[in-house]
Amino acid sequence: MELFRNTDEVEALRIQADQVCVDYNGTLALYDASLKLKAGCICGLVGMNGAGKSTFFKALMGFVRPSRGKILINGSSVTTAQKDQAVAYVPQNDGVDCSFPVSVWDVVMMGRYGSMNFLRVPRESDKRAVFDALERVELVSLRNRPIGSLSGGQRKRAFLARAIAQRASVLLLDEPFAGVDIRTEKLMADLFVQLRQDSRSILISTHDLSHVRDFCDVVVLINKTVLAYGETSEVFTSENLSMTFGGMKPDPISGSISFDE
Amino acid sequence: MSKYMNDLFITSQTFAFLLDPLSHEFMRRALMISALVGGVCGLLSCYMTLKGWALMGDAVSHAVMPGVVVAYALGLPFSLGAFVFGVGSVALIGFVKQKSRVKEDTIIGLVFTGFFALGLVLVSKIKSNIDLMHILFGSPLGISDSDVHQTILICLIVVLVLIIYRRDLMLYCFDPTHARSIGINTGLLHYLLLSVLSLAAVAGLQTVGIILVVAMLITPGATAYLLTDRFDRMTFIAVISSIISSVLGVYISYWFDIETGGSIVLVQTTLFLLAFLFAPRYGILKINNLN
Ligand SMILES: Nc1ncnc2c1ncn2[C@@H]1O[C@H](COP(=O)(O)OP(=O)(O)O)[C@@H](O)[C@H]1O
Ligand SMILES: [Mg+2]
Repeated sequence: MELFRNTDEVEALRIQADQVCVDYNGTLALYDASLKLKAGCICGLVGMNGAGKSTFFKALMGFVRPSRGKILINGSSVTTAQKDQAVAYVPQNDGVDCSFPVSVWDVVMMGRYGSMNFLRVPRESDKRAVFDALERVELVSLRNRPIGSLSGGQRKRAFLARAIAQRASVLLLDEPFAGVDIRTEKLMADLFVQLRQDSRSILISTHDLSHVRDFCDVVVLINKTVLAYGETSEVFTSENLSMTFGGMKPDPISGSISFDE
Repeated sequence: MSKYMNDLFITSQTFAFLLDPLSHEFMRRALMISALVGGVCGLLSCYMTLKGWALMGDAVSHAVMPGVVVAYALGLPFSLGAFVFGVGSVALIGFVKQKSRVKEDTIIGLVFTGFFALGLVLVSKIKSNIDLMHILFGSPLGISDSDVHQTILICLIVVLVLIIYRRDLMLYCFDPTHARSIGINTGLLHYLLLSVLSLAAVAGLQTVGIILVVAMLITPGATAYLLTDRFDRMTFIAVISSIISSVLGVYISYWFDIETGGSIVLVQTTLFLLAFLFAPRYGILKINNLN
């Protein structure tokens, strides 16, 4: 698990989560979850439903308060990272009112708000960033449509475009592939590879293993805690996967892995 | 009389119809204040309807009642008392919600009726020159000088806040999670919106009274929402429709000698019904979509 021993590398870490524990009113959802993510790296977060993937994202964004543990993004606190537009987050369910009177363009422009002055007047550079993001997700032709008139997959792309327009160095994408068709899946996968070339770091949760093999450099297997973590080729073994998805359950007290059957 | 003269006569008749009321100082003042308050409440109504705060608007507007009474009794500006009680009621709603298992809409109903009842009791006990009817039903025709000044000041503050935080508040209504994730202080926006709601409720109270003020805070927004898919256009339509309703309402109440607050709100409701029936895309008759 000790991927980065060298201190120079530690300084270049985009995400550093150390022994994070989260409970919801006493019910443990995540414990001792540690993660390190380098610049220009795609990391897959793989686990069953209810394994705590979304909880991990929310903890990284400071939306749930960890009962224990420490989180740094780009070497600073989450709040600072957010103010610096260092991190973009696309939740599993956007949870917005889709009859809200805004166009696709307006929604993507919201990704730029944090970089604008306090009146949020878009500059040329903001408009370019929005247009560029829309181009990348192939939504330019629909930019003037109300957000509510898009299909589910198009809407996912619009919210992804908003995260891209933000130009953050860390992208947290919670199940971006859920409920999209094959063409959109391909588009997103290509997009993630492009973003990696721009040395962005991306954390993607999924339960589809083929994506992970295709483009994730690093994988985290989780079920309430991190079961395995490392280079995809090393971690993606059948034992590890059956442990993640199958008949094994972590022991919440010792944190060690034990057989359930 | 030639046809031309006849037309001219009718036109000047119409003008007289409109201009006559303006010869009275109290009417000029009522029209000015109603238009101003209408515009401000119309702007705020967009946020109220999009955020789903209709019930909250009702709660705050009722809860300001004891504040107004206490402020009058102590000789303080009524807006100060209203503001304290408006924001206080919301804080109380939040507190009870956090500490008990009672559902939020129940708590809202409970808190605002409690405050309102307190207001009624105080009015009956504190013998002063407060006219209960003015607070309950508004009285733009009999508004005093100091009330005019306070109302203008309140309107300026509300408009300023709503213009400066226009985008942030829209984002907060649309997607608070994203707002937080880009480092915007959503807690601040929440209380900012509640504060301007309390202030607007006091302003609205001047023209239509406590009981009907919630109409000023939601109807124009709902009407505009049926007419457009763009936020900026929605705010524009809401403000314009609200100003028209207020001015027309005051005129109608003058011409037919009817209660002013009721008249303003009835015009607003009529505009909503028209939009509900005939709005191009979202009206139930969909006149544009027949082909
Ligand atoms: N807001 C919440 N309140 C209480 N329990 C929650 C809440 N959100 C998630 N949980 C619980 O935490 C666990 C992890 O959930 P989640 O992080 O959504 O998993 P995943 O995203 O991997 O499917 C689940 O058992 C779920 O029931
Ligand atoms: Mg999830």
